[in-house]
Amino acid sequence: MSPQELQVQHKREVEKKQETTVPARTFVPATDIYETEAALTIVMEMPGTNREDLDVSVEDDVLYVDGRVRFETYESLQPVYTEYNIGHYRRSFALSNKVDQRKISAEMKDGVLTLVLPKAEEAKPRRIAIA
Amino acid sequence: MPHYHALDALFDLQRALDASLESDWLRTGTAGAGAFPPINVFQQGDTLVAILEIPGVNKNDLDIQAKDNAIRISGKKDIAYPQSVSVHRRERLTGTFDRTLTVPMQIDTSGIRAEYRDGILLLFLPRAESDKPRTIRIN
Repeated sequence: MSPQELQVQHKREVEKKQETTVPARTFVPATDIYETEAALTIVMEMPGTNREDLDVSVEDDVLYVDGRVRFETYESLQPVYTEYNIGHYRRSFALSNKVDQRKISAEMKDGVLTLVLPKAEEAKPRRIAIA
Repeated sequence: MPHYHALDALFDLQRALDASLESDWLRTGTAGAGAFPPINVFQQGDTLVAILEIPGVNKNDLDIQAKDNAIRISGKKDIAYPQSVSVHRRERLTGTFDRTLTVPMQIDTSGIRAEYRDGILLLFLPRAESDKPRTIRIN
């Protein structure tokens, strides 16, 4: 694939299921999901979020990712020209029972979160020998 | 007196960012507004702070050049997928970018500082001494 010119992706806001108590906006991180034989990998773009400002949790077979924006960066700065807004990030994924929930690992680099969800042993493809 | 709350502060900042959206402060100053990467410009005393969102770009793939009152940011964003994968969802974009930001003041180009962390690039552009207003004393 030849390199193409990058386009701006406009941030999508989280659709609220409940009314919120605070008015601040939250965005949905752009996400890639791919699968290999051994694992499912989720890659999310959360510019401005440090690994310390990140919460990844699993509850009732749902994987929750919450990232907070580093607010200190913007203290004492007066905006004069803007093209994008900033805010926290949130996204959740329903997990199938194919994933070994205890072995999920996470890595954060350059504002990109990579989650590796290893498949449970019984979910891995098996070659059936023909007798 | 209402309590100061971090979330209110974020909302205030979001509103301030919205308010300066489409401001004509830069007029034609940025080559390709709406191009990648998106740029926010802030003022902090005599320094302009440009903040660009470039998540997933490797620091070594970034090139920053400055001349007079223009600063050029170029680079590429690659995503390496492992071999033999099936992709379920693909929202992240890859490609090259090249953008020039021209600001309406003289920059002290030797004093420019760049920081790249957590997928955001911060450029601190100090105003040149020669560009600062001088108070004229009346004899």
